Amino acid sequence: MAIQNELTATLPITDPMLPRLTRVLVRRREGPETLTLELEAGAAAPAFLPGQFNMLYAFGIGEVAISMSGDPAVADRLVHTIRAVGETSTALTRLEAGDHVGVRGPFGAGWPMEAAYGCDVIVVAGGLGLAPLRPALYRILAERERYGKVVLLYGTRSPTDILYRHELERWRRRLDVQIEVTVDYANGPWHGHVGSVTTLIRRTDFDPLHGIAMVCGPETMMRVTALALKEAGLKEDAIYLSMERNMKCAIGFCGHCQFGPHFICKDGPVLRYDRLGDLLRLKEI
Amino acid sequence: MADTGQVLVEHKFFSDLEEAFRPLVGGCAKMIIFEAGQYLFHDGDPAEWFYLVRYGRVALEVVAPGRATLTFQTIGESDVLGMFWLMPQSHWTHDARALELTHAIAINANCLRQKCERDHDLGYDLMKRFVPILLRRLESAQLQMLDVYGHSK
Amino acid sequence: MFEIVQLGEQAVITLEGLAALLFGLKRRDFRLIGPTLRDQAIVYDDIDTIADLPRGWSDEQDGGRYRLVQRGDDRLFGYAVGPQSWKHYLHPPMLSLWRAEKRERGFEIIAPDETLPRFAFLGVRACELKAIAIQDRVFLGDSFTDPHYRRRREGAFIIALNCSHAGGTCFCASMNTGPKVEAGFDLSLTELIESDVHSFLVEIGSVEGVELLAEVSSREASSEDRAQAEAVVANTAANMGRKMEADGLKELLARNLDHKRWDEVAQRCLTCANCTMVCPTCFCTSVEDASDLAGEKAERRRRWDSCFTMDFSYLHGGSVRNSPKSRYRQWMTHKLSTWFDQFGTSGCVGCGRCISWCPVGIDITEEVHAIRESEVK
Repeated sequence: MAIQNELTATLPITDPMLPRLTRVLVRRREGPETLTLELEAGAAAPAFLPGQFNMLYAFGIGEVAISMSGDPAVADRLVHTIRAVGETSTALTRLEAGDHVGVRGPFGAGWPMEAAYGCDVIVVAGGLGLAPLRPALYRILAERERYGKVVLLYGTRSPTDILYRHELERWRRRLDVQIEVTVDYANGPWHGHVGSVTTLIRRTDFDPLHGIAMVCGPETMMRVTALALKEAGLKEDAIYLSMERNMKCAIGFCGHCQFGPHFICKDGPVLRYDRLGDLLRLKEI
Repeated sequence: MADTGQVLVEHKFFSDLEEAFRPLVGGCAKMIIFEAGQYLFHDGDPAEWFYLVRYGRVALEVVAPGRATLTFQTIGESDVLGMFWLMPQSHWTHDARALELTHAIAINANCLRQKCERDHDLGYDLMKRFVPILLRRLESAQLQMLDVYGHSK
Repeated sequence: MFEIVQLGEQAVITLEGLAALLFGLKRRDFRLIGPTLRDQAIVYDDIDTIADLPRGWSDEQDGGRYRLVQRGDDRLFGYAVGPQSWKHYLHPPMLSLWRAEKRERGFEIIAPDETLPRFAFLGVRACELKAIAIQDRVFLGDSFTDPHYRRRREGAFIIALNCSHAGGTCFCASMNTGPKVEAGFDLSLTELIESDVHSFLVEIGSVEGVELLAEVSSREASSEDRAQAEAVVANTAANMGRKMEADGLKELLARNLDHKRWDEVAQRCLTCANCTMVCPTCFCTSVEDASDLAGEKAERRRRWDSCFTMDFSYLHGGSVRNSPKSRYRQWMTHKLSTWFDQFGTSGCVGCGRCISWCPVGIDITEEVHAIRESEVK
């Protein structure tokens, strides 16, 4: 019996699980366990939105979701910053320039770039959470006049863990963006802040009534950050978090990434805080 | 040099201090400048003063034998440094070093504690100012201790 | 022979008529799947003729209990649902997605070249039709479609069945998903046994159904035939083994995510994942690589997964849902609450399989009842 769904009847059969094959162009070390791969985008690669992610496949090992971390205006390459934490991510970090990698994507809902027009933008990154925020920063800086005050508050473990250091230094020289970096501890020559990223929020001036926050980092960090932003006067619907869960398919079929009613892969990864708030307080959701 | 009472209310921490309390607090305060690299105090020193940083930045450090000096917190513009003054006869358990030229208001702990004893309204006012800072520090320390950036994302 | 002219019309066929229907499907090269006895259960498997059907068998079902029993009559469909559902065929437990082969520098990705026969499903109950519609929504109703599901689903010929036997764990009546089949079939059957006459009332649901039935000797259904068929369904509806209080279920669970009942049920739950395997709507999968020993060839395989496993929620370093409590809660709240948010319907069709096949007899209707009662107090 025919399917009770007119939507699919006209669609051609394509397989969203089938990756495109591409090659590593550049491999760059970022930190002790972290490196950035630049992949050939190829003609088939669709444009991506800041905050989206790709599924990267390492031969014989598996697939893993990795955020887009490059400039959305640069169409010829896909930039991914990867930390070797599991089998697949470790295999990916071992790839050399010229090696093959499978790519599916981009997937998911990105940062509210248009909703933030005319607003002060508070970007709060924790650790590797800077990677999915970098495309948003590129975009904001490319159309700087569309946004109000722009602040990046970046917390990480120690000065040696700072991602994209040269870029941050270059941006810091601009007069139209405020960049504050804080570390949990410093044991070398460090003249930046030491302390949690929440202390930076309390020291930052912005217009809470016309402000929007984009937050990405470990969940614990995002929870306290969202609270600090609320205390600073931001409304819950002006705070956006990029969530992470186990993902096998990225297209809403495998069920792994569910977070309450949300599929992180297709409803997220960027989700508005007012839609998450209660769930974030519960354990093991 | 500017009038201490005036400088006091120019600092964010005391900006809304009641008129009546200003001379009381101001009477215990002095202006102080630290060159970059100069220590405000050392581990083990009696905690006789606390500081309102006007400009500059101060690193709180601990040193362990055989290990590099570890900075666990930085204090900057419009921050308050030193909670030990609330307890009589206590000592600093870390170093404080100016990272850059730092202007601060130093307030004598003994002097202020005595005034609080005589005027509990002043004491209560100060408690309301200091407790949130203490709790925020605690929260921040908790997050740092969790090492959230370590092996999660 | 009476001539069927439009959809929705009803005819009556005999046992021989049913045999001829199945023959017609085989002749058209359908892969015919229907209920048959295997491993002391009634399962859905390849069948050739009506002789493969579990004639005269029924089942006794209760929490953690499934037993075959002799009926003492010749009914072909006188039992409730078994451990399997049609998702075994539409959404197979294991599927090869694509292969990759190592090359000089890098590798090559090889898309599958699948040729599938069309399925013909015999004896699809109302709850199962609803379950198929639910999986249609999951796999075909969003921005992405699953081509594997679609290929299997689009060609499927469905002979539905109005249940004549309510199982001990059935609760479709209270979920509004049965026992009467309403839509989504090519032909539907109601098995009638009246004073030694064994026949089937057939309702036509599609043009293809019309064509198939036209090859079989049938007569027009009389008002007595219709009344008999309605009585069969009414009797089944009146004898449901379980009842689910479905009103406001989505909100009930959404506001009770911290309920102490989750701790209580976790004391009994073995997190064995049986409920998710037997559930006709559970769709979760994992995708993994299988490679040969030489590391020259790899295959991407999709297999059923379950939210009851630790690996399911693994996130660099540990599982998000560590405790059995959180995993049971995930399963049940997904099925009965967040499914509405995601797909606009309940994820439960009241088939009762999760109750029968739970080794410790956890009863989803009882769990809902306990949470609901605690609010009344």
